[in-house]
Amino acid sequence: MLNGLLTGAVYGLVALGLTLVYGVLHIINFAHGALLTAAMYAAYVARASFGVDPYVAALPLAALFFGVGYLVQRLVIGPASRGKDENILLVTLGLSIIIENLMLAVFRSDTRSIDVPYAMEVIEFGPALLSYPRVIGFGATILVGIALFVLMRFTATGKAIRAVAKERTGAALVGIDVAHIYAVTFGIGTACLAISAALLLPSFYVSPRVGNAFVLVAFTIVVLGGMGSVVGALVGGLVIGVVESLSGLYLGESLGQIGIFLIFILVLLVRPTGLFGARA
Amino acid sequence: MTGRDLLPIAVFALLAACVPLFVTSNVVLNFLVFTLIIALAAQGWNLLGGYGGQYSFGHAAFFGTGAYLTAILQVRYGMNAYPAFAAGIALAALVGLAIGFMAFRSGLRGSYFALVTLAFAEVFRVLANASEVTGGAAGILIRLRADPMNFQFAERGTFLWVAAALVTLALLATLALERSRLGAQLVAVRENEAAAQALGVDVLAVKLRAIVLSAGMTGAAGGLYAQYFLYLDAQIAYGTWISVEALLAPIVGGAGTVFGPLLGAVILHGLAEATKTIAGRIPGIDLVVFGIVLILVVRFPPRDIPGLLKRWRR
Repeated sequence: MLNGLLTGAVYGLVALGLTLVYGVLHIINFAHGALLTAAMYAAYVARASFGVDPYVAALPLAALFFGVGYLVQRLVIGPASRGKDENILLVTLGLSIIIENLMLAVFRSDTRSIDVPYAMEVIEFGPALLSYPRVIGFGATILVGIALFVLMRFTATGKAIRAVAKERTGAALVGIDVAHIYAVTFGIGTACLAISAALLLPSFYVSPRVGNAFVLVAFTIVVLGGMGSVVGALVGGLVIGVVESLSGLYLGESLGQIGIFLIFILVLLVRPTGLFGARA
Repeated sequence: MTGRDLLPIAVFALLAACVPLFVTSNVVLNFLVFTLIIALAAQGWNLLGGYGGQYSFGHAAFFGTGAYLTAILQVRYGMNAYPAFAAGIALAALVGLAIGFMAFRSGLRGSYFALVTLAFAEVFRVLANASEVTGGAAGILIRLRADPMNFQFAERGTFLWVAAALVTLALLATLALERSRLGAQLVAVRENEAAAQALGVDVLAVKLRAIVLSAGMTGAAGGLYAQYFLYLDAQIAYGTWISVEALLAPIVGGAGTVFGPLLGAVILHGLAEATKTIAGRIPGIDLVVFGIVLILVVRFPPRDIPGLLKRWRR
């Protein structure tokens, strides 16, 4: 249960990027999972080839993936979608196919994981034994959440992002470069992924399809928390983490995932605006 | 339907019918049958996504249901292959009705509809992977008994005829739909749902009919797949790959047109084969081409290409 809560925190971080992109650009980014896979491989290479600890690599990776996200939005998604919803879905789907299969071509389909000395260490917390990577993940997620809140609330960029999210045309009229803000937002979303990747790697394996395991989970969290709501994403992440560990416990390994999909379908059918969402 | 509309379909049928007379290579025949099966699944997607504008990302739910029922009825209940195939189509259509009823009644559109269909397909995949009746993770194997009575043929060419005949039927059905009242209403819903409703179109009923037809056709592709390859597992039947194939082909070839899905399937799989030949057996490289083609087609819609060429010449 508590471990589910901690895993959920990292899920929340994965979903944070997705919900941010949705809230501002009003697009559903299908390439989210594939970008996460790419970030996990980057963290893997950093460890396996250069011996860099994933936690140390987190910040440089975040910077790198901010750049990647910025360019992807600026050069591919923006021009190709020409503002239409269906097109964005298709373009990001195309991107995810490309990224996933490039990873497959480079790293083959083997499942890989890294060895870090602390992977198996646990921390005693009352009666519960918490694994060390998960505690770190939880802490880092909270930190990133706070950092994002500060960024959105107090900086000029954050204000511009919120302006664009609320009123695209109005923002353009007062001189905000909307295409630039879109790309920055996408970059931030991707940077969140890079940090999640670094946090996941010590306790998770990586394979070309690993992003798929997360992408529906992330969508579920985003929908559950209300599209575009940062708090919703974090709370949704915690809920999903618990649901997953409970349904895994009661339904067994192979059926465990189903709890998440069912929640997802139910929320979409019954309350598409999510628990914290105001926008339809 | 006039003779002029039917001519291209007749040409396709004739061409496809001639292929087995000249081509004997099993590799080539396998490739062609597979492409036709994808074209059939894609034609199903096209009825709902192309004409109705409802982009499903989960047509695997229908493909897999058609495939599994065709296989399960034969293997577990000893049913003859033909009624099993028909039952597979019927159940796929029923699944379409159920998913459509839930999704459309809740007013899910656009990205939300795409996501909910994807989630349904994933639920089926997890269930099929864990259930006894589908053979679980080991999959299900249809026994090889090559006999036309069993819907199995000693010659691959014969199966190509069957697949081509089904694709021809699907083309005719699409043409008939395009010319029908339902077809006109579907396009109206795609172009402007509110306006269609204001004009007295029963939007829910129209969408439901479309998803039933769409699911049945894609289910037929699944049944055909099972009957040709004689093996299924959850990843084949309900995997994301088939959902993607089903939507990629119409979008590349032209969504909402009679020949779009067939054209798209041939282009995509032709390109994929060509890439594999040139680049060697690097895993996933053919799919990278799929992704690039998809982005390019969205970026430069084929109907804009004459204009682009004109601008480029100047």
